[in-house]
Amino acid sequence: MKRFWNGYQKAIADDHYFYERSCIRQTFFPGSEAAFLKILREELGKDICDNPHQHTCTGIGYHSDVVPFETTMTVVARLFSLMTECGYRNYVPSCVTSFGVFTEMLAKWEEEPELKEKARQYLWDACRREFEVPDNIAHPSDIIFKFRFDLKPKMKYQLVNRFTGKPLRVVEHIGCHYAKIFTHAGIGNAEFPYVLAGMIEAWGGEVIDYPERRHCCGFGFRQYLVQENRGYSIANTQKKFESMESYEPDFILTNCPGCNMFLDKWQYTIAEMEHKTYDKEGYGIPVLTYEELTGLLLGYDPWSLGLQIHQVQCERLMDKIGIPYNPAEKYCDFTGRRLPSPEKPEFLKV
Amino acid sequence: MNLIEHLKEDVRFEESLKACMNCGVCTAICPAAEFYDYDPRRICDLVQRGDEEEIEQVLRSDTIWYCGQCMSCKTRCPRGNVPGELISVLRKVSQELGLFRHSEKGRQQVLLMNSVHRNIMEIGYCVYPDRVDPDYHPEQGPIWRWYHEHIADIAPKLGANYHGAGPGALRDISEEDLQEVRKIFEVTGGTEFSEKVKKNS
Ligand code: SF4
Ligand code: SF4
Repeated sequence: MKRFWNGYQKAIADDHYFYERSCIRQTFFPGSEAAFLKILREELGKDICDNPHQHTCTGIGYHSDVVPFETTMTVVARLFSLMTECGYRNYVPSCVTSFGVFTEMLAKWEEEPELKEKARQYLWDACRREFEVPDNIAHPSDIIFKFRFDLKPKMKYQLVNRFTGKPLRVVEHIGCHYAKIFTHAGIGNAEFPYVLAGMIEAWGGEVIDYPERRHCCGFGFRQYLVQENRGYSIANTQKKFESMESYEPDFILTNCPGCNMFLDKWQYTIAEMEHKTYDKEGYGIPVLTYEELTGLLLGYDPWSLGLQIHQVQCERLMDKIGIPYNPAEKYCDFTGRRLPSPEKPEFLKV
Repeated sequence: MNLIEHLKEDVRFEESLKACMNCGVCTAICPAAEFYDYDPRRICDLVQRGDEEEIEQVLRSDTIWYCGQCMSCKTRCPRGNVPGELISVLRKVSQELGLFRHSEKGRQQVLLMNSVHRNIMEIGYCVYPDRVDPDYHPEQGPIWRWYHEHIADIAPKLGANYHGAGPGALRDISEEDLQEVRKIFEVTGGTEFSEKVKKNS
């Protein structure tokens, strides 16, 4: 029995990480990246390198079929060379798409060592660089998961509804490329997604196991990126909302920044198009990144985490947990100057 | 060269289609099959049959452009095939040979070349807030319009280094690093590939 469950676990390095930023996460949730680095350095005392020479992994382009395999493979090799140059061996890509791309390349190189040699040659020809493959690849959520019980005593709040005393009920979404491409790469595999569930349970919440839990968020790369195709994207996300609705989740927790954006923004779109929300009061279901959730429970300021740039508002969730916030600072800039408020949606309540 | 030979030239081909037994499990799990008239089982079967005429037809069709690359099929296929990866190989060959221009969905590739590919070449990111135009993205809602308009004033509060030098979220990537990325595209055929697609569009 024990051996059976081994297949659902993964090794996660203890310290000395090389961080790779995500195009999508920094575009939509830059506060999450800052929070992750702060949590690692200040709460856990870990060493993590934020290298200025990094760039996209090309993952969005690769899966939209505008970047060939060989090109993506060599871009990955350059990112590994930056890690090697700085003396690190543990690679931490901040995006599930990137995570999938890196695990794919490592698997291909292991199966066909000549491909790795080809990558070495391409990289040398293009940049005169060399690289080592990492000893360990972990998604940032894997690291938070690993240290979830170390973080717990530092937390000011728990996932408990302070009005009822009951655990908050949470929908989690790990994102397809976290464990569907290489199931061994994800904690709990694709079958028993546990990376986020482990955090939720450790911090007092209850995980909702609903029928479409493993269904795609609907991104579909070209199916969202090309405006004409977006029906695919929203239809698949809607399928998830319909499936989770009757379980009345207090919020949704995501692993991948893309999924987070879709689960947040499509709620707004569906509300405006069909006058339908998936909570009872018409505000929608808040969608948090795991960095935002960890930061909130540790007592970080919600407006520095970036909750104000979500379309579904998070104040009602913070009220339930008992997290204080200053509404007057929500739409202030970094100097404290008040900016004009965003427009209100017509139907979705904010 | 016949089309099967072209497909085999892609290093991913062999792994993506080992032996399909036509069970349809991939189709059962496929989000694209729910939304479009699309059936990954049939694609695997068709390529496996190896009929050149049929393969050419599919390379000219909308069908290969329906997949969302979620890779749910990889997890489930009892034979270890990867229909989503096979699709990627078919799309590559369709673009290499200019066959994509015969399909409406295929012709959308030029839009992606002019957005995602161009972003990588110009700024080193696939996506960047300045390039997510609220007018082209009404689904992003009023909050995105607000953020987009005030990003320079908000980003520092979120710990981002918007258009700054050095490390951090949303920083500008240095010209030296961009040059290396562009050189990789040149050496590995990424630049030539995009030019071919644009020329054939
Ligand atoms: S699941 Fe695998 S074996 Fe079954 S039809 Fe799909 S590709 Fe073929
Ligand atoms: S990768 Fe494509 S073919 Fe496979 S399940 Fe996803 S949408 Fe369907």
